[in-house]
Amino acid sequence: MPPFLPVAIRIARTLGSIAVTMLGLLFVTFLIGRVMPIDPVIAVVGERATKETYQAAYEAMGLDRPVVVQFLYYIWDVVRGDFGQSLLNARPVSEDIKRVFPATLELATLGTIIGVVIGVPLGVFAAVKRGTWIDQIARFVALIGYSMPIFWLGLVGLLVFYGILGWVGGPGRVGIFYVDVVPPVTGMILVDSILDGNWDVFRDALSHIILPASLLGYYSLAYISRMTRSFMLEQMSAEYITTARVKGMSERAVIWRHAFGNIKVQLITVIALSYAGLLEGSVLTEIIFAWPGIGSYITTALLSADMNAVLGGTVMIGLVFVCLNIFSDLLYKFFDPRAK
Amino acid sequence: MSGGGAPAARTGWREWLTTDTPTSRRHARIAALYHGWLSFSSNPMAMFGLAILTFLVLVAIFAPLLAPHDPFAQDLGFRLKPLWTEGFPLGTDSLGRDILSRLIYGSRITLYIVILVAMIAPVVGLFMGTVAGYAGGWADTILMRITDIFLAFPRLVLALAFVAALGAGIENAVIAISLTAWPPYARIARAETLTIRNSDYIAAVQLQGAGALRIITKHIWPLCISSLIVRVTLDMAGIILAAAGLGFLGLGAQPPSPEWGAMISEGRKFILDYWWVATVPGLAIFTVSLAFNLLGDGLRDVLDPKDSTQ
Repeated sequence: MPPFLPVAIRIARTLGSIAVTMLGLLFVTFLIGRVMPIDPVIAVVGERATKETYQAAYEAMGLDRPVVVQFLYYIWDVVRGDFGQSLLNARPVSEDIKRVFPATLELATLGTIIGVVIGVPLGVFAAVKRGTWIDQIARFVALIGYSMPIFWLGLVGLLVFYGILGWVGGPGRVGIFYVDVVPPVTGMILVDSILDGNWDVFRDALSHIILPASLLGYYSLAYISRMTRSFMLEQMSAEYITTARVKGMSERAVIWRHAFGNIKVQLITVIALSYAGLLEGSVLTEIIFAWPGIGSYITTALLSADMNAVLGGTVMIGLVFVCLNIFSDLLYKFFDPRAK
Repeated sequence: MSGGGAPAARTGWREWLTTDTPTSRRHARIAALYHGWLSFSSNPMAMFGLAILTFLVLVAIFAPLLAPHDPFAQDLGFRLKPLWTEGFPLGTDSLGRDILSRLIYGSRITLYIVILVAMIAPVVGLFMGTVAGYAGGWADTILMRITDIFLAFPRLVLALAFVAALGAGIENAVIAISLTAWPPYARIARAETLTIRNSDYIAAVQLQGAGALRIITKHIWPLCISSLIVRVTLDMAGIILAAAGLGFLGLGAQPPSPEWGAMISEGRKFILDYWWVATVPGLAIFTVSLAFNLLGDGLRDVLDPKDSTQ
């Protein structure tokens, strides 16, 4: 057997499983679209259309073809980035998604940054000082995070920090005077305002994003700190740590260079998963904060039975979710020799 | 140690329960349960969680006796009263309904969702996982691929899409949550089955002529149960939060149902002026999911010590 063959097989397998997962995702969304009790044709032509109009629309939408063929067409459409038209505004769903996705990305990214910056050190200290008050605090913080309804915490946050204290901006991405002031380059207002050098907009956008991002950050922190703690505990009880200590290495070097160095890959995996989780977890947060992201988009579409928009948004989130999952999986497999 | 079959009247139950030499299969089982209970009850946080949940069940059962008012009775002249109003300790909502009574009746809906999901998702997962693990080969590959696909899905978004397709309502919310919740159970059940499958006692019953169905249902399922129970309890908090989230979005229980998530959604419009209408039901959701988390942690230490992070 030539030496490159095992590697080639492994790559082919990984690609194969990615393809199968993606197909599965599309199949499920396709099925959901099909079992929808609302007749998509009536949604287009209206209830009082004549039989001929109905029939023409029925055929134009390809609903007379066999289901398998319809599914293949659906895949082909999605591959080309065509999710059909939104019934609400008659624009292509893909354009809408392009417009709303950066808002979600901005929120989830800032949330993850907050979660990592606080969660990782908290987890490490909780593991190193196991059983002390700092460990108890970390445990408490995570427990609350796992038990609190995020939409409720968002409401209370708005009430306290916006309604009573007035420290942060209210719902929405920017105040009404700053809407569309900076030219959209990336679609993320924080980045765009920096590129434009418009610090007023930046400050205003920051005051609006800080509360929802902290909220998401808290949830990400709860998960990341818990995982960091258990990874670190596993390392700290290993024999090489004892060896390092016996050699007289400083505690700081033992913790950060040796133990922490060994959990980095696992940690990146966890962070990628939590990032994916935030992208979807932002659905409820976006509603509370009137954040014009993909979560709000899906929910609005859902309540008005705009199925193309719902499925387009679901596929989009699903694809990002699957990609992040696969990315973290690959990272683990290729950089952690223990996984082989 | 007396070793006698029936508990000797003088040595008492404790002796009988903690004996090292059980006299019958039933005795051994009860003694094992008692040992589990002893270590569980020494965990104050877990007992606290259990106490809250017991309280919840009692409140749900005796809701008509406990509720001071009809949870659906509207009184527009008496709307949005603050906390500690005479006769309305938690105030009234925008239609003048008593919030405390609605909370009490809402506990029934929460329990209903929890029980239904707990009956559907783990059973589906157990079935898929054990069949995949025991059969191996193609069945395993296909079933686990399906599991992976569902596992790779964003759960809340998938549940949203399901509810959109099935129509809003509490049963559909339960189905949607169950459909997104079973894959981890299948993974666990499969892993357990793989370790059990090649053990000697399975070979022994195979030699005695037991078929696959009998082996799976009588010899593999009982051993998967404990790890599943732990996982279900820990997941319950997430399930309650998901159900409340669907209710909040208007896709779960429909008005005038006193579902806690829907109550938050109703109170949301008045949050800046009448904060208690939305905050009080949120506290109830938080308390119950916290209780499930505490109970799950405690159960894990007893039933599944190898996974414990303590």
